[in-house]
Amino acid sequence: MEGFLHQVLSGLATGGIYASVALALVMIYQATHLVNFAQGELAMFCTYLAWSLVQAGAPYWVAFFLTVAIAFTLGVVIERVVIRPVEGAPVLSVVVVFIGLLVILNSVTGWIFTYTIKTFPSPFPKEIGLGSYMSPHEVGSIGVTLIVLLLIYAFFRYTPLGLAMRAAAQNPESSRLVGIRVGGMLALGWGLAAAVGSVAGMMVAPIVFLDPNMMAGILLYAFAAALVGGIDNPAGAVFGGFLVGVLENVVGAYVVGNDLKLTVALVLIIGVLVVRPSGFFGKRLVTRV
Amino acid sequence: MSRRGLILLLVVLALACALPFVFSSYRVFQLTLAMIYAIALLGLNMLTGYNGQISLGHGAFYAIGAYCAAILMDKYGVPYWATIPVAGAVCLLSGFLFGLPALRLEGLYLALATFALGVSLPQLLKYKGIEHWTGGVQGIVIAKPDPPFGLPLSQDQWLYFFVLLVLLAMFVLGWNLLRGRIGRALVAIRDHPIASEAMGVNSALVKSLAFGVSAMYTGIAGALGAIAVQFVAPDSFNIFLSITFLVGIVVGGLASIPGAIFGGLFIQFVPNIADEISKAAPWAIFGIFLIGFMYLMPMGIAGAIRLGLARLARGVQNGSREAAP
Amino acid sequence: MALLEAVGLHAAYGPTRVLHGLDFSMEEGSITTLLGANGAGKTTTLRALCGMVRTEGELRFAGQRIDGRATEEIVRLGIAHVPDGRGTFANLSTEENLRLGAYVRKDRDAVQADLERMYGYFPRLKERRAQQAGTLSGGEQQMLAVSRALMLRPKLMLLDEPSFGLAPLIVKELFGILRAVNEKERVSMLLVEQNAAMALDLASHAYLIETGRMVLSGTSSEVKENDAVRRSYLGY
Repeated sequence: MEGFLHQVLSGLATGGIYASVALALVMIYQATHLVNFAQGELAMFCTYLAWSLVQAGAPYWVAFFLTVAIAFTLGVVIERVVIRPVEGAPVLSVVVVFIGLLVILNSVTGWIFTYTIKTFPSPFPKEIGLGSYMSPHEVGSIGVTLIVLLLIYAFFRYTPLGLAMRAAAQNPESSRLVGIRVGGMLALGWGLAAAVGSVAGMMVAPIVFLDPNMMAGILLYAFAAALVGGIDNPAGAVFGGFLVGVLENVVGAYVVGNDLKLTVALVLIIGVLVVRPSGFFGKRLVTRV
Repeated sequence: MSRRGLILLLVVLALACALPFVFSSYRVFQLTLAMIYAIALLGLNMLTGYNGQISLGHGAFYAIGAYCAAILMDKYGVPYWATIPVAGAVCLLSGFLFGLPALRLEGLYLALATFALGVSLPQLLKYKGIEHWTGGVQGIVIAKPDPPFGLPLSQDQWLYFFVLLVLLAMFVLGWNLLRGRIGRALVAIRDHPIASEAMGVNSALVKSLAFGVSAMYTGIAGALGAIAVQFVAPDSFNIFLSITFLVGIVVGGLASIPGAIFGGLFIQFVPNIADEISKAAPWAIFGIFLIGFMYLMPMGIAGAIRLGLARLARGVQNGSREAAP
Repeated sequence: MALLEAVGLHAAYGPTRVLHGLDFSMEEGSITTLLGANGAGKTTTLRALCGMVRTEGELRFAGQRIDGRATEEIVRLGIAHVPDGRGTFANLSTEENLRLGAYVRKDRDAVQADLERMYGYFPRLKERRAQQAGTLSGGEQQMLAVSRALMLRPKLMLLDEPSFGLAPLIVKELFGILRAVNEKERVSMLLVEQNAAMALDLASHAYLIETGRMVLSGTSSEVKENDAVRRSYLGY
């Protein structure tokens, strides 16, 4: 029983990370109807930036917030420079561009930082007396991801800019009619998604160690989470993230063994897509003939 | 095919046959790999270029074909040439079966599902439960085939001709398929999915078949690849292999048969050249090419050549019109 | 100086030309109506004024050239468009829809006051302020669309078939409010309508478009008296 509880709690910790990346994916999907295949690599690259800041002597939290700001800027720039030109292009073209982005980010990171595995610091104290249930980092990680998710929720729900972004995502034409600069909203969305992703990267790096390929598996789980929750539903994505995190641990520990965890994600993704593509909470899609 | 096209083809073929006697062993090996990739790319192109179904997981079928060949040769002593049709059949079936649930997934979602397949495959291959067959993390080592009937060829040269033979067979098959009714059905489904369904095209069957056939091509390429490289291991079949194939068809030309050859040459030789610059360079270059081609040359090299030739033809026509009194 | 002026306005959707050199103008404070049958080009004219369609020719608003400018910028000059189909943000609440109407404004207290004023004009919207706008009835969504436009405190309102699909009683109510807003707040209005009778009652000036060309213009009374108009559009 103790083991099971540990698996669940640990699953919630990683689930928070999946929830964050899934949220970033959903944010971009809502605004563009596109899945950002490069989300993981973007987060990974920003985490490396944080690492270099720490290596250069910056205190952890300074590096943290600076990285979030840089991630935001990077997201905006990428949207304007790389994605804007293929707006409205056929799906294949856009997917190819996303994959290109993924590959460039991955290789540039490897080139600048080399492929040797690095350790990434955790800002949380080593011991807080929860024993074998949860490590301090796991607790801290859940805390940080929850704070980020709450901030994002509050932003979209209660600020005029958040409202404008929601409007632009749902109905670009009407948004223009009230004076919203839709292109700018898109860029902002990308910036926010990149920022959220970078937080996820910095929270997961102490656990899995920093390496250019660290986010591929996480991205997969985030996809699964976003699909389970409904790819156009942010709250669903968060729920999906925690669910997938717990499932991963429990199924991995008691059913298929840790070696096949990624296969679980694969089965989950295909299963959701085939059985109920709109996920638990998403809207059913109807195509007009 | 036009008279001119046929002559061009024969010339290229003659050249291809001459190459193994001119180049070094290593170069011949590289060309063999390029041809193997071309077969895989033709498979992917059938699915993505002609039928519009995006696959980011074709590396998985390449892997299945490769492991088929390796396991048959290593555990059951099957001769190398017999593994090819088996690999093809296994992949035809598995591709068709994967295509069935994938039917209902459009563009983006199919890309997602196949991406998931590509990412999770290495882990699946390393699974301890099937280690007895797959050799686990270490993989399987196989022997290089000798030329038959005591022909005066080196192993590399024989392999080159063997692959060339398979390539020709697969390309002729592909050409027939794509030029005929099936090809038209593929394209109709790609461009007008709802209309073609309304016109009586059995969309579900065609799409699953497309998946199956495309997987078969890639699986055959995988088997050939295993034989050529003499080695299979899980980590050589990760998501980056699938992405490499994507690069191949984008650069070579979507919905183009000769494009597969250009693509194969590209993905074989560019990393070698790029490696000189830095270990990370090949992928950075691939990424830049992916994005650049989408902006500038969405029809790939084959498309650019087609356009160029069309312009030339128009120029000649205009010229001759002007010349006439 | 006219508030709105169009000289030689051409518009096209891709290769298809829809407007062929329209000329018209509007005085400040007036209500003008654009009449015509389905497909005549009325909606296209309004969209052209908002930069939503490719145009040639000159468009002037309060003396400034607005042709070729982006929709978002034109809105900032004080033009509010109540589009064909209402353009409701279906997944947002009624109140969120209204607040979006005032997106470009900086005077937050006045915005709050205007919100209350809209609820005053349309009490039913106040009842449904927290409800998802997509679940409102057709008439309510039309009121919402008009209110959203008014939240901009526009100098000019463009209305595309506001009576469409509404019961006559509701149309009367709506047009009454439009008249009141025009008189009290000096909001000029360009009204596109198929319901010629009601439009000519509300407006002081009228234009008639047929297949992308202006065929008639004048005061409402002049146009009402025109035989061809009476036969084709007024039914007597």
